[in-house]
Amino acid sequence: MTRFNAWNVFKNGLNGQTGWSRQWRDPEPKESYDVIIVGGGLHGLATAYYLAKNHNKHNIAVLEKGWIGGGNAGRNTTIVRSNYMMPGNREFYEHSLKLWENLSHDLNYNVMFSQRAHVVLLHSPSSIDAYARRYNTMKLTGSDGELWDLKKLKKKIPHLNYDNGRFPILGAIVQPRAGNARHDSAAWGYARAADSLGVDILQNCEVTGITRKNGSIESLQTSRGIIKGKKIGFAVAGHTSVLWQMAELGKLPIESHKLQAFVTESIKPLLDCVLIFGPAGAAHFYISQSDKGSMVFGGELDWYKSYAQRGNLPTVKENGECAMAIMPCLGKLRLLRHWAGVMDMSMDGSFFMCKTPIDNLYLNAGWNYGGFKASPASGWYFADLIANERPHKVIENHNLERFEKGINLDERGIGPDPKMHG
Amino acid sequence: MIRIKCPYCGERDHSEFSYGGDASIEYPSLEAPQEDWVKAIFFRENIRGVQKETWHHLNGCRMWLEVERSTITHEIKSVKPCHPDYTKIVENKQ
Repeated sequence: MTRFNAWNVFKNGLNGQTGWSRQWRDPEPKESYDVIIVGGGLHGLATAYYLAKNHNKHNIAVLEKGWIGGGNAGRNTTIVRSNYMMPGNREFYEHSLKLWENLSHDLNYNVMFSQRAHVVLLHSPSSIDAYARRYNTMKLTGSDGELWDLKKLKKKIPHLNYDNGRFPILGAIVQPRAGNARHDSAAWGYARAADSLGVDILQNCEVTGITRKNGSIESLQTSRGIIKGKKIGFAVAGHTSVLWQMAELGKLPIESHKLQAFVTESIKPLLDCVLIFGPAGAAHFYISQSDKGSMVFGGELDWYKSYAQRGNLPTVKENGECAMAIMPCLGKLRLLRHWAGVMDMSMDGSFFMCKTPIDNLYLNAGWNYGGFKASPASGWYFADLIANERPHKVIENHNLERFEKGINLDERGIGPDPKMHG
Repeated sequence: MIRIKCPYCGERDHSEFSYGGDASIEYPSLEAPQEDWVKAIFFRENIRGVQKETWHHLNGCRMWLEVERSTITHEIKSVKPCHPDYTKIVENKQ
């Protein structure tokens, strides 16, 4: 694999760009691997990369039923932030943000991480208090946060609808280090970097059956033949329950729901941050502008359980209304695309990264809304779990037993209704 | 838009309804051990295919409905009132 650097860019500029190698190999599956990661999304690829990089394991396969970047890796709104409050989540997402900050250098691939700030609009005095508490708690573990009053907010983002009678804007809570990254680049960057450390990325390789023997998984039946693995990791958020039942493990504290995202036609620079409309008591809507100039936005789930990767019209309408409520200047823009991704919505809104009732099976699931930003830390801690066969202290409560122990990692304090944890 | 055939109001857009959730859960008795309650409250089969679920006709007759719907295609197979005596009550009125 040719590294990206100034010399290679210069050299290939002279030889007609003929000196580049392909980004990752397309190997045939081997008979067996030390570790098999099922799911070639951002989390699976990151896990394989950190297993190779941090834990010196190189006989690894990543199984992807479609193609790299074709699942939820290509269906998110690319927001990266670490404004979580619950113990465990806080440390986890802050670690993820720190990994994002150096990811382009680490992977030798430009993931276009832009720390443009994450601005949450506040609409009532009590929401200001609640968010001040949340962001002060975040500061205990090294995350950053600022409270902007109305004067500062108006100076930073002058073109919001400040005359909204129903949800008056009183200020904003801001994480300056948060921002956006390019989703495809992150997937391709991890795939390329993992491949260069010897990881086999097997695309069009769907798991169709699981063979168990003496309490552990012996092999996986796939659309590209039977593959043996000493350790197996599931990283298939959205479809975790399907694979879990294929392994005859029963029920999970997860429901699959779909979340839509929207992209408009491109316009000149309009919004230089990630803007959030009213999670504290108003609506639920987030919008940013891509490097191409499109406005990218999304909001609530479609509210009913679904494995279909397509959204429904009432949610389109609601998102349009939210956009108009805070930025009426968007009214003339046309939507170019909208799509839906399938989410593992968990019972308390937090993820699972843990050992399972099967000795050599490890679970990475339940990412709710937060999968994209989490991917570097998800790979980091999941690799640590698989290599050392014990959960890191940060994720010690992110297991399937936490509910019976009375440990709920419920950021919003909503209770066991998965669709409410958006 | 999903169209749900409410037994009382007729076929309506799903935006008139509020989604309840899994209708196959059977809650244990109050005396049941804690593990049974943990399973009923926190664990789901999460079917990829046709599942039983509840919908509340919130902006209509406000009846709770038990619906069989595919979670892959969103196609609705059957709709009936959750209340076991609903049919009897309506027939008596007519």
